[in-house]
Amino acid sequence: MAVVEFTVRLFVQFLAFLGQVAALAGETLLSIGAGRIRLRLVIQQIAEIGFRSQLVVIVTGGFTGAVFTAQAFFQFDVLNMETAVGPVVALSMFRELGPVLAGVMVAGRVGAAMTAEIGTMKVTQQIDALRALAVNPVDYLVVPRALAMFISMPFLVVECAGFGILASYYVGVEVLGIQGAYFFANTQKFSESSDIIMTLVKGFFFAGIVVFISCREGLEAKNGAVGVGRATTATVVNCSLAILIVNFFLTMALNIVFPAG
Amino acid sequence: MMKTEPLIQVRNLVQKIGAQEILRSLSLDVMDGETIVLLGKSGGGKSVFLRHLIGLMHPLSGSIIFEGHEITTLTERELEPVRKKIGMLFQDGALFDSMNVFDNVAFPLRESGERNPKIIRDKVAESLGMVNMTGHELKMPVNLSGGMRKRVALARAIISPPDVILYDEPTAGLDPIVSDSINKLIRHLQRELHVTSIVVTHDMVSCYHIADRVALLNEGRIYFLGNLQELRESTDPIIRDFVDGRSGETIY
Repeated sequence: MAVVEFTVRLFVQFLAFLGQVAALAGETLLSIGAGRIRLRLVIQQIAEIGFRSQLVVIVTGGFTGAVFTAQAFFQFDVLNMETAVGPVVALSMFRELGPVLAGVMVAGRVGAAMTAEIGTMKVTQQIDALRALAVNPVDYLVVPRALAMFISMPFLVVECAGFGILASYYVGVEVLGIQGAYFFANTQKFSESSDIIMTLVKGFFFAGIVVFISCREGLEAKNGAVGVGRATTATVVNCSLAILIVNFFLTMALNIVFPAG
Repeated sequence: MMKTEPLIQVRNLVQKIGAQEILRSLSLDVMDGETIVLLGKSGGGKSVFLRHLIGLMHPLSGSIIFEGHEITTLTERELEPVRKKIGMLFQDGALFDSMNVFDNVAFPLRESGERNPKIIRDKVAESLGMVNMTGHELKMPVNLSGGMRKRVALARAIISPPDVILYDEPTAGLDPIVSDSINKLIRHLQRELHVTSIVVTHDMVSCYHIADRVALLNEGRIYFLGNLQELRESTDPIIRDFVDGRSGETIY
């Protein structure tokens, strides 16, 4: 009986969590719709979220592209299909790895920082001070972060995928000796603009996942430093899991709109 | 002299935190322009009560009527006009630690749409001057002492003076000289700008200096309400122990 009770409680907590994230997203979108936007804060957040996340995303994308190329080459080389490495890596980077890796890295770098900052403000009564000064915390804290995230994320996912493909070309052609012209031609032949659209759509969804989960965890933080620590951990774990799970459903849905192959 | 209709009417306020009943049917009228000092032992619900007055907490039951309107049932957005009229000084200041002193004090001005840098500079300088914090504009809150943080928070609360200011221990942790200047400031705001004040404090010197009326919170209710004369002359043991600072059996 205890197991059933535990499972039910866990499920209810999960639904409550989804509800809170959705409510926060709704409130944020309403605020944006009503034009309660502080441009200075949005630009500040774009610098923090977008500009400063580039290195992490580029290194992740680049080395994933490089190692993927090497492994694919070792397998395809046996079949004399080494020029297929290019399109395989390019499609995977654009359709799956670029957005997922960028999303997870941004969750770790930006999401954690957002939760820690907002959570600390919550436990030190700074959020209450905002409210007491007649400033809505969602307008002041969540709206600029959400806008900055939605603006930055498409660039980050494309950078991640793009540098993966560049690294793939370098490793494939310069290091492993695939013929450059064939590599290039095959990559071009098999990849389409729909692959880039797919990466952008996924990036947009992952931006929402990271920003709303992170802000929700921060705004709900309690019990001082320990609570902020827990909230930050929860952000990284929940964002990463949500990205991986949502990615699967997005792939299935987007495959109907943009069939692969 | 005073208007017959109170500015704030609190009726039968009940609040629990966990299993503990913090407020048990608390009722209090606050008149326009007066300074009420709220006494009571630590952890007795004084801060909790202040948070209800500005809508940061919602009571389990009871009502708070401000300027003729019920505020306990309002949503966050509906509370914003009320909060523009009621300022609050938090116990530990609650300064925004990502901003320096200047930006903290300028925050309410900028949020209310003031863009002229000269007006902002002048008003911030004036406000910081009132709390003896001139010259600390560029410091970050983390580099200030507790007393300095509190004074900056007070400067932030009064920069565009609200109709009502709720003070949560404005003089705790301050030296006697600065305490006295804060007391004078509270008096000044009342005299010059007709600000209504509700002051939570343990500082009896401050209480005697600023209070028009004194309320003693005990067991979640207003145990005593009267002017300073009545407070001094009271022979009730609970009041006497508190006022004279004795830890008698009656309180603990």
